[in-house]
Amino acid sequence: MRFDVAIVGAGVVGCAIARELTRYRLTVALCEREVEVGLGTSKANSGIIHGGHRAPDGTLKAATEWRGNQLWSDMARDLPFGFARIGDLTVAFDDDDVAYLQRLLEQGLRRGVTGLEMWDAERLRREEPNLSEDIVAALHAPSSGVVNPYEACFALAESAVRNGLELRTETTVTGIERGADGFAITTDRGTLHARFVVNAAGVFGDELARMVGAEEAGLRFRKGEEYLLDKRLVGFVTRVTFPCPSPTSKGILVTPTYDGTLMVGPTATWSEADDLTTTAAGAEEVFDGARRLAPGISERDCIAEFAGVRAVAADEDFAIGHTRVPGFLNVIGIQSPGLTAAPAIALDVIDLLAEAGLALEVRDDFVPTIDAPLRFAELDPDEQARAVRGDPRFGRIACRCELVTEGEVLDAIARGARTMDGVKFRTRAGMGRCQGGFCAWRCLRLLASSQDVDVSAITKRGGRSWIALPRRDDHAATEVEHA
Amino acid sequence: MSETSHYLCINCPLGCRLEVDADGDEVVEVRGNACKRGVEFARQEHSDPRRMVTTTVAIRGAPVARLPVATAEALPKDRVVDLCRALHQLRLEAPVAIGDVVLADALGTGVDVVATRSLERA
Amino acid sequence: MPDLHPWELPRRYDVVVVGGGPAGMAAAVGACEGGAERVLMVDREHEAGGILQQCIHHGFGLHHFKEELTGPGYAQRYLEQVLEHDIDVLTDAYVLDVDASRSVSVLSGRYGRTSVDAGAVVLAMGARERTREAIRIPGTRPSGVMTAGFAQKLVNVAGYLPGKRVAILGSGDIGLIMARRLVLEGVEVVGVFELMPHANGLTRNVVQCLHDFDIPLHLSTTVVRIHGSERVEKVTVAPVDEALRPRMHEAWDVDCDTLLVSIGLIPDNELARTLGVRLDPVTTGPVVSSTMETSRDGIFACGNTVHIHDLVDWVSQESRLAGEGAGAYASGRRQAHDNVRLVPGTNVRSCVPHTITTEREHTVYLRVTQSLAPCTLRLGDVYERPLRYVVPGEMVTVKVRPRFLESFHGGALRVDVVPREEAGRE
Repeated sequence: MRFDVAIVGAGVVGCAIARELTRYRLTVALCEREVEVGLGTSKANSGIIHGGHRAPDGTLKAATEWRGNQLWSDMARDLPFGFARIGDLTVAFDDDDVAYLQRLLEQGLRRGVTGLEMWDAERLRREEPNLSEDIVAALHAPSSGVVNPYEACFALAESAVRNGLELRTETTVTGIERGADGFAITTDRGTLHARFVVNAAGVFGDELARMVGAEEAGLRFRKGEEYLLDKRLVGFVTRVTFPCPSPTSKGILVTPTYDGTLMVGPTATWSEADDLTTTAAGAEEVFDGARRLAPGISERDCIAEFAGVRAVAADEDFAIGHTRVPGFLNVIGIQSPGLTAAPAIALDVIDLLAEAGLALEVRDDFVPTIDAPLRFAELDPDEQARAVRGDPRFGRIACRCELVTEGEVLDAIARGARTMDGVKFRTRAGMGRCQGGFCAWRCLRLLASSQDVDVSAITKRGGRSWIALPRRDDHAATEVEHA
Repeated sequence: MSETSHYLCINCPLGCRLEVDADGDEVVEVRGNACKRGVEFARQEHSDPRRMVTTTVAIRGAPVARLPVATAEALPKDRVVDLCRALHQLRLEAPVAIGDVVLADALGTGVDVVATRSLERA
Repeated sequence: MPDLHPWELPRRYDVVVVGGGPAGMAAAVGACEGGAERVLMVDREHEAGGILQQCIHHGFGLHHFKEELTGPGYAQRYLEQVLEHDIDVLTDAYVLDVDASRSVSVLSGRYGRTSVDAGAVVLAMGARERTREAIRIPGTRPSGVMTAGFAQKLVNVAGYLPGKRVAILGSGDIGLIMARRLVLEGVEVVGVFELMPHANGLTRNVVQCLHDFDIPLHLSTTVVRIHGSERVEKVTVAPVDEALRPRMHEAWDVDCDTLLVSIGLIPDNELARTLGVRLDPVTTGPVVSSTMETSRDGIFACGNTVHIHDLVDWVSQESRLAGEGAGAYASGRRQAHDNVRLVPGTNVRSCVPHTITTEREHTVYLRVTQSLAPCTLRLGDVYERPLRYVVPGEMVTVKVRPRFLESFHGGALRVDVVPREEAGRE
């Protein structure tokens, strides 16, 4: 099979590009080394759709941030994922900070960002009573929002697959060769051929470019640790809250996630590409930073933590464009505000592909929407009653912390969840305060029985991440009848 | 010819460190005990240590995969691991009632192993 | 939807018990004894019995049944009583909400989403285990880090093994008992690591679960890092100083594919919270009266939902009382108002119940902060009793009889546990 375009890397950028491409009469493949889409950098970040005023002037970041921000509304209209424009605040503790807010406001106004407003301390106190009393002013950006980034990836990929995308998960690209009529892409699961290749390989971006002799971006890796807080603190802070950046740090944020629970972080430390460790020092930095913004936040409320790695190009900007290898495009170095910019990046990549000679013929049978999964916890009591009458599996609780039913877990499996993480990030089962203590066995069983495999074959997220082993004596023994 | 051995008394959270002087199995003196239950414990533990054993046995046709079982009385300590190995070779079929003997006279010790719950057929 | 169920769920019960574990079963039986005629017990699992069903070891029932039983044995005994009392048991069902007028919203595959009006409600949801996240162990997040209770369910009920080489963090009874279970299943247990300078579980379990199998117990030692990108590959452990801070230069690595975390239980009180019931900041469970009634009229609570117990026998006893209180309340019989408020004093972490009356006998459950032996328990200046020892890991139960309180006319009563000499001097 020869594809018109092969995309390597199914993070939010790769998924967004893939879905845009399926609007045209093209054959498109998306290769992902992980067992499911969106499990790399796209999963492990703050989930902020930035207001559009923040990226430095003259960068690709600035060129895509505000456009991307606006495009998220279109995506959220067609696709089911958690997205809400809850607004953000950048807060000032002294005169220097106030001057910074003023510059940020002017930068936003120049870019056409709407709704920006300076708040004095009194207004801030009224709007966010739990923020520090030491804050003297704040810049409010109502255009800013939060998204569940993994849900966006799942929805984009599901929509693209529905429109004909060939999604190949658990497929690691090991070599790329340019021939007379395109590329031969070698993977651990066979070779595929494509006229164009889009490198959206995240932390593996330079590695992929090197395989085909394209320019690298000098990627380095910056790790960010994030800490999620107990539901008890839902509503404690209602807008994404940024400090002013210091020369050494962008600072620790308090982020109400789409689901309302607070997340604090991230740290920003240089690391290896695969360093997903959280550290005691990181936790200390995060909670000290968070307490500076909102003194009522405490380590004791932590229910989960994670770390994500962002690929950072040598010049700190996105590296998007043609390379010296015709037909091979780089879309790498996508760090913050990459999530915000992703839909704009996808449109820009389509333009770049057209420039490179890809003929774009709009399909008339593109279906922009997918069915929204049922979210039992978000239904009102009458709707819940109707849901259970229609299907009793919605009457059985799988995860009690987040109130997820077996029906929802089975729906997630039907939509492509293969692993415990796949179920967790689609349904929230296991994300709550008991961290899977109650639901893990139920989800394991549902995953095993719907794929007709043994429980011991189910993994957390592919590879060697098995959860339970069969007993050694399970198949060995002779049958002894009970007397 | 007496030798000294050490035991941790299990009767209460004080966890007395017992010193036992013994001539073979014959206990001569117990020291370190805060009460007389420590002496009894030391004598038993030194001359004939025994343990109750609980484990599970494979069962088919029940709503769960394993049937919990226990020895009806304590078994010599050095036979515990062997007993579990033997029990893990068993394959039972539901239904089973609590108290049913799963393995009689286990390992020739005279101790029966019984089901500690009932399991209906699923 | 085909209607297959043999009975429709009635719209009204005298008492609805939320949870069918040891607390729920005892409360349901107690409710009948307290005068309730129609009692419903709701449990989210396929069968009642709660965590007892996976606790296959001995150590249950010595006080209550005067006989040493296993967890499933204890559950079955109690379940028989539940059935004898003609209590409706609804399993595979989940209580979504209880409101202040005691309308209970229940979700089940069988009856859908429905609500039941209750004359009184008993909250008996039990506890959940603290997780790795609760203590923020640094490192990666591979599979193979699990609570001891989850591993117990895998091994004892589902018939799977959690791994091949297991390290255990925490020396509470669940951790110790799992160490033995795993060894008997042919799994290698490389060690038990305990932050505190003493084991948290019973001495009996230290001896019979660890010493019997030569499993090392590392006191004043904790896990400081988890390694492995997909599955656990090893953990780094380090001794801690007096302030419980890890001494990182003395850290060492332990090869294992599994880390069991056994670091305690937390009352599960989401329903109590949404009901706006007053909570005790120390136990994190509801504040309860001498009949185990919460700050909301007709809402009772018992078992690990209120405070963490170490013996199921006390759960049963306390929950029976809660059930009786609920049964009496539902039948319109009000009991005498409590006139004594118990205040935790020296070396007392918590007291349950929080109030008592001078008119009846009560069992009061205490947790101490520090080990003492010998010592004296004092209730204000009206009563004192010698105790051979107290340890934080073992709940202290005290029977308070009306005659102790004859000279006391109500109000706050301080509860202290002090060294024997100090008590003698006064």
